[in-house]
Amino acid sequence: MSITVRFFASVRERVGKEREAIDCAGISNVADVWRQSTRVAMPDNLLAAINMEYARPDQPVRDGDEVAFFPPVTGGAP
Amino acid sequence: MTVRLLAEAFDPWREIVHHQEAQSALAGKFGATTVFVGTLRDFNQDRAVRAMTLEHYAPMTQKHLERVAAEASSRWPIADLLVIHRYGELSPNDPIVCVAVWAERREAAFAACRYVIDELKTRAPFWKQEQTPQGRRWVAPEPKAE
Repeated sequence: MSITVRFFASVRERVGKEREAIDCAGISNVADVWRQSTRVAMPDNLLAAINMEYARPDQPVRDGDEVAFFPPVTGGAP
Repeated sequence: MTVRLLAEAFDPWREIVHHQEAQSALAGKFGATTVFVGTLRDFNQDRAVRAMTLEHYAPMTQKHLERVAAEASSRWPIADLLVIHRYGELSPNDPIVCVAVWAERREAAFAACRYVIDELKTRAPFWKQEQTPQGRRWVAPEPKAE
């Protein structure tokens, strides 16, 4: 019964970890996952995804989900 | 419709020729081809850039690039679309991204090409880290183009 949490780019460096599994007890949404995993406040410009779809902080998470946190994206080219 | 993510340097012009030759169904069916190629500069925001690391969230990147490409295919009458995006270590002058669109007419080819490059910049989970003489820095997103 766990949720896989992943961190990318500057968010990964800030929280000091890349991936972990957390117990889903007491966790109902994306913001709960962030709090449980990092113990720090959510940055304003943080983006999140559940199972590779962009998600809002209040979006529900379920056992087995992969929840990712990352900064605004900078792909492509000028 | 093809979306590829590459860890190694690529030649977009060669890829376009190969793609077009391999798609035999395309022959005779298109009158317009548009291409966008984005290349790494050796400067950005008043700093020299020695190298860049392009990090991404692999399966999510593939999924969202494919979705953007599918949206372009459904919005405009196009015959084919090729998207190639680099990740990993890049040097100045390395192509970063290539979007090519084949269509019967140029309006659809231009519009679909522009749509794909504009949308992927804000939706595909890539992050650029530049290596400059002053050290490494994460690149902040640019303001959305008008």
